[in-house]
Amino acid sequence: MAVVKRTFDVVVVGAGGAGMRAALALSEAGLKVAVLSKVFPTRSHTVAAQGGIAASLGNVSEDNWHWHMYDTVKGSDYLGDQDAIEFMCRAAPEVVYELEHFGMPFDRTDSGKIYQRPFGGHMQDYGKNPVQRACAAADRTGHALLHTLYQRNVQANTNFFVEWMALDLIRDQDGDVLGVVAMEIETSEVMILQARATLFATGGAGRIFQASTNAYINTGDGLGMAARAGIPLEDMEFFQFHPTGVHGAGVLITEGVRGEGGYLINKDGERFMSRYAPNAKDLASRDVVSRAMATEIKEGRGCGKDADHVLLKLDHLGEDVISHRLPGIREIAIKFAHVDPAKDPIPVVPTAHYMMGGIPTNYHGQVVAPYDGGPEEIVQGFYAVGECACVSVHGANRLGCNSLLDLIVFGREAARQIIEDLKSNPHPKQLPSDAADRSLSRLARLEGQKNGESVSEVGAAMRRVMQAHCGVFRFPDLLAEGVRKIYEVAERAKCTEIKDKSKVFNTARVEALELDNLIEVAQATMTAAAARQESRGGHARDDFPDRDDDNWLKHSLYFSEGRHLDYKPVRLKPLTVETFPLKTRVY
Amino acid sequence: MKFRIYRYNPETDTQPSMQSFDLNLEAGDAMLLDALVMLKAQDDSLGFRRSCREGVCGSDAMNINGRNGLACITPLSSLKQPIELRPLPGLPVIRDLIVDMTQFFKQYHSIKPYLINNDPPPETERLQSPKERAEIDGLYECILCACCTTSCPSFWWNPDKFVGPSGLLQAYRFIADSRDQATAERLDNLEDPYRLFRCHTIMNCVDVCPKELNPTQAIGRIKGLMSKRTV
Ligand SMILES: Cc1cc2nc3c(=O)[nH]c(=O)nc-3n(C[C@H](O)[C@H](O)[C@H](O)COP(=O)(O)OP(=O)(O)OC[C@H]3O[C@@H](n4cnc5c(N)ncnc54)[C@H](O)[C@@H]3O)c2cc1C
Ligand code: SF4
Ligand code: SF4
Ligand code: FES
Repeated sequence: MAVVKRTFDVVVVGAGGAGMRAALALSEAGLKVAVLSKVFPTRSHTVAAQGGIAASLGNVSEDNWHWHMYDTVKGSDYLGDQDAIEFMCRAAPEVVYELEHFGMPFDRTDSGKIYQRPFGGHMQDYGKNPVQRACAAADRTGHALLHTLYQRNVQANTNFFVEWMALDLIRDQDGDVLGVVAMEIETSEVMILQARATLFATGGAGRIFQASTNAYINTGDGLGMAARAGIPLEDMEFFQFHPTGVHGAGVLITEGVRGEGGYLINKDGERFMSRYAPNAKDLASRDVVSRAMATEIKEGRGCGKDADHVLLKLDHLGEDVISHRLPGIREIAIKFAHVDPAKDPIPVVPTAHYMMGGIPTNYHGQVVAPYDGGPEEIVQGFYAVGECACVSVHGANRLGCNSLLDLIVFGREAARQIIEDLKSNPHPKQLPSDAADRSLSRLARLEGQKNGESVSEVGAAMRRVMQAHCGVFRFPDLLAEGVRKIYEVAERAKCTEIKDKSKVFNTARVEALELDNLIEVAQATMTAAAARQESRGGHARDDFPDRDDDNWLKHSLYFSEGRHLDYKPVRLKPLTVETFPLKTRVY
Repeated sequence: MKFRIYRYNPETDTQPSMQSFDLNLEAGDAMLLDALVMLKAQDDSLGFRRSCREGVCGSDAMNINGRNGLACITPLSSLKQPIELRPLPGLPVIRDLIVDMTQFFKQYHSIKPYLINNDPPPETERLQSPKERAEIDGLYECILCACCTTSCPSFWWNPDKFVGPSGLLQAYRFIADSRDQATAERLDNLEDPYRLFRCHTIMNCVDVCPKELNPTQAIGRIKGLMSKRTV
């Protein structure tokens, strides 16, 4: 079947914060850019980010990027690459000021500067006291950021392909990336989008879990596409469970609540974090707080009739702080937890939230993979930024507010790198004759499938397995069984059947194609988790409770083909400062 | 639980129809979107948009028992049965509950929805007092769901000429921002018998906004600025 082809300088897949920051710079540079998104840009999940974006502006309390860097390295449990972390923390103030200049409606201090609040793991003076580093627009920072970037892209005349879904990556004989195959959702038309540079900014994959703070569309498409094209996925065992998802609904309550002075209590009304993190207490980093909560619940100090959650108390902050700094949280609590937090505490549980792993890149956003003996060779023409990428600045555990920062710093940097790379590469390479074949055969399989299971059944099975076998605490027998079970579900996913064969806005087909991606991510996560015999950051093994730097201070790489794992060293050397040496992590 | 849902697929149907669905579900704490997801598991051809499931992305606006709203934050317990679901009124239907939003976004784009400030930016942030910043509260939070605009009779009659409540709310968001320097240009852009002045203060928009924003008030303020500058 002949597939229509269009040619661009750059194809950006994803219009969340990361994709739109990059797209803005690319459009302003006058390049011919296509930006694809499954949903209208402002519906991307960046819109749900609440608490803030980290930068050492020092508007409220003294701060500098060295402290921010230290906190990020420590927060990552030393698995983060220190060159990339230095790059990000140094660039933070500049990119945040840029957002303000773009029109982002930050809250203000009395002197008219950007308002900053405390956030988990962000400290002054190399870990001493909490610092106010999270730049916030009430508790709607992601909404403010995403809409501002969209508005700026409207001004720059960026060419959006709205409700287009990328299906697969195009790679040639040399392994170079030449674009994507994509489908217009409204018409089901398939097209080749050829480009000299392809940038993935497809966001997270929180939907591999049953209880998740993520949107329905967070299905790890970029990772699935990369994995199918032979590119490894890095550090997939590290999934962040956010301490405060609303019990039952999963909807997030920002850490900013604790930043503003809220705290967690168990059924005895005890502020239990004092026992686990005497210094930072409720503002310890997320992995620490989530494990503490899980422990409280396991040991019978949970709240409610099933003793299966704890409570987040904030009524003491008073009406004024709640209605000015946390209005969105109040709205969520009333709607999804049926409590008014100005009066009653909110029932919360640790909830799957953020994928630290992703497509391996260097700090210029260039995708890197092992090749010919080198662990980090550049994949020509391929770039990734945002939650789908693993730079790695978050290592084994991300600090709150460092993700929005990651999107903006590396979105901008990848665009700069692309502009430079394209100068020395003026002509598109010849497309291989089978460029669209993988996508077409996936679609043909769905079209012809008989007697298959439904997508919702198989998806539910996958989420159950991930939830039960790969949670906050991970047990050896559960992991071994989890690996077997998730591979079984993967087999079932190969024969899903959709009843709806219409060409018009077929959301059943979209969901089936998304499941192919989810299942790649789920297998990578389970496989890498079963293999890593230590506890570090978001990966807590019951049988190996300690960090093991002698054997495991290394990044994992999962290859879809043969589901095999490889490892590569952590970059411990920063760009200009001294390495932060390995230490035991206490908060 | 009983539903009646608008169905239309241009490939196979000459006319839209209402289809009855039955779902074995206690309302409990569930939202309307949860029910739709369950219905889709039974019949995968049912078409609707959704993403965040928490009322911030603006995807799942639809007409629920005659009133526009977001399915994800509408509790089932608040709805009379059979629950009647239709696509947002006044926009072309692509399929089932999915409408073509082109016209809505065109109007949004027409108001130049971006900050205009031609001074070279300072090294750090532009200063804005908390009081100045408070002027855009109740404006910047819009999620572009189109509940308001598609409930507005003036928009139904003149979708190509009347900006509509959502677009006008955003126009005022930039006028009210102390950092924006293009108020005059923005007012010129709306000085037209249709673009702004088709609003007859019917207030449907305020009633339905799921974020409790008040487009009518914003429109009133723009009209106020407009009349101030003519005298
Ligand atoms: C509830 C919540 C609150 C958060 N709060 C904070 C916070 O306060 N501070 C912070 O730093 N971080 C926060 N985070 C994390 C942060 O918001 C996310 O990591 C970040 O927004 C991800 O941005 P992104 O640009 O990588 O992806 P997204 O914003 O998820 O965008 C992904 C884009 O890719 C597109 N896409 C995906 N697949 C395809 C495909 N196949 N074809 C075409 N397009 C595709 C989508 O349409 C979308 O446009 C929060 C996360 C959640 C879930
Ligand atoms: S107040 Fe104006 S904009 Fe709102 S519904 Fe009425 S006519 Fe439309
Ligand atoms: S003003 Fe309210 S109803 Fe209108 S688009 Fe914005 S959020 Fe939706
Ligand atoms: S699904 Fe996002 S607003 Fe309802």
